[in-house]
Amino acid sequence: MKDMADNLFITLVTIMTIALSILIASAGGLLFVNAGDVMNGWKKGIRIMAYITPETRESDVAGLRETLAKMSGVRDVRFISRQEGLESLKAQMKRQMSLIDNLDINPLPDAFEIFMNPEEQTFEKIETLAARVSALDSVDDVEYGQAWIGRFTQVFNLFKFIGITMGILFFMVTVFIISNTIRLALYSRRDEIQIMRLVGATDGFIQVPSYIAGLIQGAVGGMVGLIALYIGYLAISANIEKNFSSYVIHIRFLPWNVVLGIIVYSVFVGWLGCFLSLRQFLKNN
Amino acid sequence: MSELTKKHPIVRMFHVYKRYGAKNALADVSLDIDFNEWVFVTGPSGAGKSTLLKLMYRGETVSEGQILVDGSNLIRVPQGQVPMLRRKFGVIFQDFKLIQTKTAYENVALVLEVAGLKPQLVRKKAQNVLRQAGMEDKMNQYPPSLSGGEQQRVAVARAIVGDPKIILADEPTGSLDSRSAAIIMDLLKGYQSRGATIIIATHDKEILSRTNQRIIYLENGRVMDHGMRTDVERNE
Ligand SMILES: Nc1ncnc2c1ncn2[C@@H]1O[C@H](COP(=O)(O)OP(=O)(O)O)[C@@H](O)[C@H]1O
Ligand SMILES: [Mg+2]
Repeated sequence: MKDMADNLFITLVTIMTIALSILIASAGGLLFVNAGDVMNGWKKGIRIMAYITPETRESDVAGLRETLAKMSGVRDVRFISRQEGLESLKAQMKRQMSLIDNLDINPLPDAFEIFMNPEEQTFEKIETLAARVSALDSVDDVEYGQAWIGRFTQVFNLFKFIGITMGILFFMVTVFIISNTIRLALYSRRDEIQIMRLVGATDGFIQVPSYIAGLIQGAVGGMVGLIALYIGYLAISANIEKNFSSYVIHIRFLPWNVVLGIIVYSVFVGWLGCFLSLRQFLKNN
Repeated sequence: MSELTKKHPIVRMFHVYKRYGAKNALADVSLDIDFNEWVFVTGPSGAGKSTLLKLMYRGETVSEGQILVDGSNLIRVPQGQVPMLRRKFGVIFQDFKLIQTKTAYENVALVLEVAGLKPQLVRKKAQNVLRQAGMEDKMNQYPPSLSGGEQQRVAVARAIVGDPKIILADEPTGSLDSRSAAIIMDLLKGYQSRGATIIIATHDKEILSRTNQRIIYLENGRVMDHGMRTDVERNE
């Protein structure tokens, strides 16, 4: 502690460095959390419609249902009879009712509505499943709208990749800066450390103040970064709620376990910075 | 010390060499120092006095030869045990080597904290030894606000607080006036009377001329004389 006070400037620089990198990284995290929310909302709407050939016998329909339900990535299968299809079509097109009312025959085929497991709704998986369904003999045609979400997923994944890469880069830069500031602090304590060794101090004893300083700097830096992020979040979400209906976009802060994780992470970064500089310093001095 | 007393060496050196590059700081040094003995090490500047002391507490390692301290061979002491070895010694320097950012008391207490003593015991022992050194009143001052003599008294207190078996003093009076020097020597004598071995490197003529203790004379890294004062005078 006394150590940190002696090197107040260095300590502040270290804390600000950690805070800044935590702020940037967790702002990225916040963006992904909310983009992920939006995507999941869209994904819930994804379903594949499989239209059954008119020749299919009623007895075969149950078998087809089994086959579809067993396909990988399928969460649920719902049968929509041609009558049911017509009803919902009528409901959707009340204005043009007369047109449909005048139909003598039902032009719609029977269909299965296939819902996918949310975690398997990547663009590729949707396409593969659709292809496999349409390859079935008794399936006439397959329809899956909103395939553009798949494209969006790809872009999202690209951003995720960039984000993770940046995160690793930030991690290395932060560790580097911390280990350097701690090394500076150690150099300013060089005489003291030599004297401590002279009177029989173990390396462990000598390291304790540096580790305490590193851990505190990490924790404080992490918290300052998160507080800054939270202030930014409040400002932005207030702005969004003023301009959009909150039904359209609801942004939320990082969940508490992520917040906790970020603090643990920044403490770890502080520890690692210490570990690296101490190992080198004690070997050479 | 009577010649008839049976002697036990606490420090033994066998054909010790210490080289810095091509230079022999010490060459073929063999000597014994007994339990509870008081020994001066002297010789001209650069003779190897400081090096001799450093080798004993493994501030440096020998280039060749063997050193036994209190029965353990220093070559065989693993790096992790060096702190334990250091606790057998109290070391005193010409430039005091006090931690400038710690008070006199904290400097002394550090030795005991390092050894893992309980806080109450640390306080008791550190205060006690500072009182012996006559530094009780100034124990909460920082070294820069103390005179040289006072700083060296703190350094002596630090050297003896852990009850080490051996005191190594490298020119302990080198930067002190003769009155302060006398106080330091008295403190060390007091500590010797409690059973410790005292090894002092010095070229202080005044101190050497008044002693009847053994004087080891070094020149160019070699022991020229193990003898008593009269022998040294013959060499000069
Ligand atoms: N760390 C070192 N590196 C190189 N040479 C050294 C080192 N320490 C001591 N020496 C050399 O070893 C010799 C003995 O030094 P030292 O033991 O300090 O002598 P003294 O204390 O008797 O004045 C000197 O010639 C000195 O220059
Ligand atoms: Mg010297």
